[in-house]
Amino acid sequence: MSLLITFLMIVVVMTAILTINSYLILLERKTAAWIQDRVGPNRVGFDLGLPFLKRLTGGFHFWGLGQPIADGLKFLFKEQVVPQHVDKVLYFLAPCVAVITALLAFAVVPFGPTPTPQNPDAFPFVIAPNIDIGIVFVFAVSSLAVYAIILGGWASNNKYSMIGALRSSAQIISYEIPLGLSILVVAMLTGSLNLERIIARQATEGFLGWNIWFQPLAWLLFFTAALAETNRLPFDLPECEQELVGGFHTEYSAIKFVMFFLGEYTHMITVSFLTAILFFGGWHFPFIAEPTSSYPGATAVKILVLVFKAGFFIFLIMVLRWSLPRFRYDQLMRLAWVVLIPLGLLNVIVAMIVLHWGLSRWWLLPISLVLFVGAGLIGTVVSTPDKRMIGHARQA
Amino acid sequence: MPVKPEEVRWVEPPRMGLWERLYVPAVLQGLGTTLSHMVRPAVTQQFPEEEPKLPPHYRGVHRLNRDEQGRVKCVACYLCATACPAHCIDIVAAPSPWPDREKYPETFVIDELRCIYCGMCEEACPVDAIELTTLYDLTGLTRREMLFDKEKLLSVYDQTVAAGTDPPRTRRGRLGPASEPLVPINQLGPSSGVGANAAHPSDNRTDSERTTLSPRL
Repeated sequence: MSLLITFLMIVVVMTAILTINSYLILLERKTAAWIQDRVGPNRVGFDLGLPFLKRLTGGFHFWGLGQPIADGLKFLFKEQVVPQHVDKVLYFLAPCVAVITALLAFAVVPFGPTPTPQNPDAFPFVIAPNIDIGIVFVFAVSSLAVYAIILGGWASNNKYSMIGALRSSAQIISYEIPLGLSILVVAMLTGSLNLERIIARQATEGFLGWNIWFQPLAWLLFFTAALAETNRLPFDLPECEQELVGGFHTEYSAIKFVMFFLGEYTHMITVSFLTAILFFGGWHFPFIAEPTSSYPGATAVKILVLVFKAGFFIFLIMVLRWSLPRFRYDQLMRLAWVVLIPLGLLNVIVAMIVLHWGLSRWWLLPISLVLFVGAGLIGTVVSTPDKRMIGHARQA
Repeated sequence: MPVKPEEVRWVEPPRMGLWERLYVPAVLQGLGTTLSHMVRPAVTQQFPEEEPKLPPHYRGVHRLNRDEQGRVKCVACYLCATACPAHCIDIVAAPSPWPDREKYPETFVIDELRCIYCGMCEEACPVDAIELTTLYDLTGLTRREMLFDKEKLLSVYDQTVAAGTDPPRTRRGRLGPASEPLVPINQLGPSSGVGANAAHPSDNRTDSERTTLSPRL
């Protein structure tokens, strides 16, 4: 019976993710258009431009909501171009790895209410409930996604793809560290790596128990590193169009290209859910979604709260994409190794001290801010490599 | 040529203060900019549903203007055909049936496919007979169809004037300055701009020897 439920949930979640993915692409294009004072795609309705469907819908455009369907169909029926010079096996394997790892990571991410101490019999809205290494699993699997990029870049046998893939591997390995360090603090505060338990603790302690109050710095590190992990701007070096044509997916077309895209957007969804779960209380929201609230439809409200929080971060990632310019490669590496990793380490040490001596967790809030401003102060005092470079050139 | 080191001016990036070094305020400021653009109305014109608002000097399909008696204004002087860089204007002149001009175009054909819509014909025309209208959606099924002859160009004039999209920009009805009777330059008033230099009272040439200008200039 529970097997059947799990199976049903897998089907529902996978379908929902794939559908949401295609609509996220529409949202991304719309966001871009709004930011650039444009209208965005608004032509394709549910008739998809087909005459016999047009008669049914009366030619109404539905604000472009048919665009993702039309795009998906177009990619499905496109010619499968396989260049002569590629390594056939790896070339086909890479997009599969991209999708599989991205979807697999979502298996332990709760997307709705989960059991809490007050309510231990609640239905767990997660594909694989009670995985004690939950968050480690997510990051272990999602960092496998770098294999998709490297395999794709290598198998394409193309210098632009290769450079994109190499950049990506270096970038993802570098940003894994601050990502891990920021999660470490959250895990220490909760005493568990289980995502459901992390939510349960925050939900039980109420609005002021959300991890963001104790760990704003960890949230900043996490969000920055997660942007880099998902290859989103301003860290989309692996596929920056101006330098690398398309980066690792230059040689990919049709459905194989879509699979890379699906992987990226699924990653984005996972990261947004994790941000909401780790730092913003998961499905908890004061007054309307408390662990004790048992009015009819409370479960649906809790799911909506979590989805709304995750949606907010997805939107934030999209708006950031159209606000910030892309980093230069050395700047990208410097940000990870010189700024994020030392900050993350200090943050972990501070949290250890606070927890070891049993101080109030509220100490962490001012200390986080002091660390953050202190890092900025050090940055203004220490000369940057750019300036040293100029000094050398002047002496020569 | 090698660059001498003393000629190189090294520009240092401006020093960043603490506020900029924190980055997050700057990122938030950037987000503020983009979000303020999100709530702004779009500048897009929804083309097939919405007619574009074109400026009156838009250079679209040509037209041949009519004078006050409804006759074609053109005097078949070939200046437009000469000015045309694409050689798309073909005129056959004939003696004018009307007393106020010497010639008129027997045929006047513009190849709208060859035209580059530069507007030189309009500038060259001495009688303001040819004008470019704001008609932009020019289509045809054959190349022959896109050869606009005199009747077609006159009908463009009738259509655009009737639709009110392109009121005659030049002096309606009258022929252009070149068709007006020549006035000796010393008979022009002192305020005419060129008179002061060109027609000095001590000038003792006869009128016909002098440069003549129309009173409009």
